[in-house]
Amino acid sequence: MEMINVALPKGRLGEKVYDFFERAGYPCPSIKEPNRKLIFENPACGVRYFWVKPSDVAIYVERGAADIGVAGKDILLEYEPDVYELLDLGFGKCRMAVAAPKTFRDDPARTLRVATKFSNIAAAYYAEKCRDIDIIHLNGSIEIAPILGLSDVIVDIVETGKTLLENDLEPRETIVPISARLIANKSSYKFKSDEILTMKERVAALLENSK
Amino acid sequence: MINEKLLKPEEKAVYALRALYDRYGYTPYKMSKFEEYDLYAKNKDFLISEGIITFTDTRGKLLALKPDVTLSIIKNSRDADKNLSKMYYNENVYRIAKGSHVFKEIMQAGLECIGDIDAYHVAEVVSLALRSLAVLSDTYMLDLSHVGLIGAMIDTLALEKPVLKQFLSAIEKKNAGELSALAKSGVLSETALGLATVLLKEYRSLDEAREALSPYLLNDEAKDAYAEFAALYEALSALGLSECVRIDFSVINHRGYYSGVVFKGYVKGVPDSVLAGGQYDRMMRKMGRRDGAIGFAVYLDAIASGKKEQAKFDVDVLLLKNGANAADVLAAVENLSKNGARVLATETVLEGLRAEKTFIMQGKEAALYGND
Repeated sequence: MEMINVALPKGRLGEKVYDFFERAGYPCPSIKEPNRKLIFENPACGVRYFWVKPSDVAIYVERGAADIGVAGKDILLEYEPDVYELLDLGFGKCRMAVAAPKTFRDDPARTLRVATKFSNIAAAYYAEKCRDIDIIHLNGSIEIAPILGLSDVIVDIVETGKTLLENDLEPRETIVPISARLIANKSSYKFKSDEILTMKERVAALLENSK
Repeated sequence: MINEKLLKPEEKAVYALRALYDRYGYTPYKMSKFEEYDLYAKNKDFLISEGIITFTDTRGKLLALKPDVTLSIIKNSRDADKNLSKMYYNENVYRIAKGSHVFKEIMQAGLECIGDIDAYHVAEVVSLALRSLAVLSDTYMLDLSHVGLIGAMIDTLALEKPVLKQFLSAIEKKNAGELSALAKSGVLSETALGLATVLLKEYRSLDEAREALSPYLLNDEAKDAYAEFAALYEALSALGLSECVRIDFSVINHRGYYSGVVFKGYVKGVPDSVLAGGQYDRMMRKMGRRDGAIGFAVYLDAIASGKKEQAKFDVDVLLLKNGANAADVLAAVENLSKNGARVLATETVLEGLRAEKTFIMQGKEAALYGND
């Protein structure tokens, strides 16, 4: 049996995903030991897990360092990696949205200044609406951009809306719903197809049961 | 005599591929490094990446460093009835590397069969694609699909343009979840979802595929396309080549250019597809041609970027000159390298250099000084 390399997103989502894989029949007890190791394997069930930065999962999978991985739909839309998207895991549900200060009124006569971590998604969204925008790419603390006058609106992930509320912003438009997806490298899918399909089926069955 | 040790894997591959294409009557094609920009601008979607390096020549005409070879070959081939051009090439092309924003020089080989082509030529080209993969690796896989067949089946669904785009992109990503969601929201009918489910699966035999497809072969166009596809698959089976073929209709390529069979090849250990091609009669129509064409490209840079074994030694023999005169050292190097060993003569041991054996000059002769 061939080993499957699985890239997990570091953090709360990744831990939840691992628990799920464990229940689906792919345990790797050493992963729960308190240490700073990043790679864990369990040859008995043919699986090797590794923790990577959530936004890097798609790169590991696209470049074949991981056969499969779990990445948010936001990352897949932003970077458009050439991978198969096998399953919607339904975890980490949130949405990509446009948010603005409560007092903001859009003036179509002006270029809209948009601050975001997701330049590609924002550009595609406004291009479809034929709206002229100026993208301001930021790497974090997006919410303060409109407060400081850096931008008119932001495009960001909204989970509960609490952070927005605390910064006097409100969600205005939903661009796309987001959740965690199981993705696979295209080449691995050819050469480890039995292993990958079995894993996908087991995870899908468990998802169905836990609904 | 060519010393194989000196060849990089991609160079070895090129040599083997040329020998292979030669056997089937393909002739080499050599093109210039640049072409008029117009040729590429008119057919942008046919190219893999949008970025093209352009510059003006001395007369002010806009030229482009070639991002693609096929378009030039089409232009170069004779447009006449009962004509057939079979050409292969091995060229560097210039385009934006996937997942980055930088231009790269990419080594590409491939072949094109243009003119009055029939089922034989299609089978020949697909079999050569399979044999090309065999040259690159012992473990390979060819995903085989048929754009004409997919198109004929999808046409019966009469999907609106934006829905069709979502539908095809979900199939290409094998994204069953998105298709179910589209069906749930009423955008896709049950039939459309059923067809999509059939299209995103892989089939390991023609029987499997036939069973899945049969409810959707509703018009003559679809039936004819299926018959063509089945005949091709059987021809490959007869040659014993279908073992490494997967029928996979998630390979769609560009429907505006391709018309018949399309395929993508993978080899183990390389994360990207290393070969892609298909029958592109529609592209020929766009260029004002009535004849047909089929071909494929092999991306040799992908092979070079796959996992590599690191060489254990930098040279086979390190020869320490030990104050000997030039003529004696030269004679010793000649003697030691006779059997193809790589010899480096130096005065002292170089830092970091890994040599399998070390010799030292003693008088006129080289004597073994030590093994690594």
